[in-house]
Amino acid sequence: MYSEKVMDHFTNPRNVGEIENASGVGTVGNAKCGDIMRIFLDIDDNGIINDVKFKTFGCGAAVATSSMATELVKGKKVEEALKITNKAVMDALDGLPPVKVHCSLLAEEAIHAALWDYAEKNNLKIEGLKKPKSDINEEEEEIKEEY
Amino acid sequence: MDKKIYLDNAATTATRPEVVEAMLPYFTEKFGNPSSIYEFASQNKKAVTDAREIIAKSLGANAAEIYFTGGGSESDNWALKATAEAYKEKGNHIITSKIEHHAILHTCEYLEKNGFEVTYVGVDENGVLKLDELKAAIRPTTILISVMFANNEIGTIQPIKEIGEIAKQNNILFHTDAVQAYMQLDINVDDLNIDMLSASGHKINGPKGIGFLYIRKGVKIRSLIHGGAQERSRRAGTENVPAIVGYGKAVEIAMDTFKERTEKEIELRNYLIERVLAEVPYTRLNGHRTKRLPNNSNFSFQFIEGESLLIMLDMKNICGSSGSACTSGSLDPSHVLLAIGLPHEIAHGSLRLTLNEDITKEELDYVVTNVKEIVDKLRSMSPLYEDYVKGIN
Repeated sequence: MYSEKVMDHFTNPRNVGEIENASGVGTVGNAKCGDIMRIFLDIDDNGIINDVKFKTFGCGAAVATSSMATELVKGKKVEEALKITNKAVMDALDGLPPVKVHCSLLAEEAIHAALWDYAEKNNLKIEGLKKPKSDINEEEEEIKEEY
Repeated sequence: MDKKIYLDNAATTATRPEVVEAMLPYFTEKFGNPSSIYEFASQNKKAVTDAREIIAKSLGANAAEIYFTGGGSESDNWALKATAEAYKEKGNHIITSKIEHHAILHTCEYLEKNGFEVTYVGVDENGVLKLDELKAAIRPTTILISVMFANNEIGTIQPIKEIGEIAKQNNILFHTDAVQAYMQLDINVDDLNIDMLSASGHKINGPKGIGFLYIRKGVKIRSLIHGGAQERSRRAGTENVPAIVGYGKAVEIAMDTFKERTEKEIELRNYLIERVLAEVPYTRLNGHRTKRLPNNSNFSFQFIEGESLLIMLDMKNICGSSGSACTSGSLDPSHVLLAIGLPHEIAHGSLRLTLNEDITKEELDYVVTNVKEIVDKLRSMSPLYEDYVKGIN
């Protein structure tokens, strides 16, 4: 059901862990829905993301999208990181099954949440960054069976 | 380990070679339609009759009370829809439990949309039906109680005898979905006051696409499929002779091996449960410790999610299942795990391992080793575990 890249990033996730005294930390999702992502960013004085780590509670796709998202933002400028969409994460993973698209949205959201935290801590305004929703899953509607 | 360790026998089982062997002639040389007059086809009628008798005997029923269907879901649908229709003059109320299979729950929801009222009785923390709640739910308009014999996810065995007595005292029909229990537990329909019972072939090493509904003589029930006179005109369509023959053979073998097989499964199950609970911290057993199916174990590992666990087990050649939302295709975890009172995040981290008698202790040792390693790995990646360790929660 998963692409080889998803399986690779799930079984050998990149950048798992924590960063002490991180520049920004974002946690999104909720345990009720079965996935939580936490992303730690280390951002230098020039606004470059030097290091990034994540921890994720969730399915294979949730872990893989977190891992890929950290790869995509690492070494980027904050402004560039902000432009990384869920679609970019999915494309980099050679796609996701339709029911798992929300995992990629969560990964995008987790990056934004960490950037928001960084901006707040440093009293910065980052163009185009909106306050992230804490729970992305609330937006989704469950497909009910029709009779 | 190169060999696949299949621990999902509640999902389906391997068809036994003896069963396949018994079926094969009925595809080729003995292909006749049992309804035909000539001698060559009437052999097939006998083959169907023989299988029906084997199954009837296994339940203490009469052959005329066994109706072959396309499987457990069809049997459940038939029992509920046709009873509702046949008894609607008497009333429009049905009682079932919160932990039924979706073949029952979704049929009940369908009936609710068509003028029937359904009460879903709760279960305790072990998944045992609350009999007081059941008694309190009975109304003058109650026409049917449908409670599963044993639960497919957590394995808990229901107090079927008590439920049967309550139904009988109140002159209400009693149906039980015995898809998981049939041939795992001793069942006598008269002793237990069962009026209707659903079962399926592929759960007991028989073929897929075959099941039966036991309907006690005297129960008014309408046809589900209209057409020819097959199955005493109650379920039209040319009989699936090879599958019926295979089902009969599977039941015959299961009856012969019953005591030895289930005793061995209980021993293996207990070994697995004891090791996992003793060696994996922050783990609970779901379902009743002893009143459970011989082959069922179901655990919840805190701080991790079930699908991740299943994929990693699969990479170690271990097949299991989970009640996590990700494996059900919805956002909610298993309704059964929620009904026994588990919080969502713990329900998401469940693992069901269902054994058969051919599993060895060495294989279970390999499973336990891998479960430990994988749970550790997933916890090391989990923000929930991080928060727990840091004492934030």
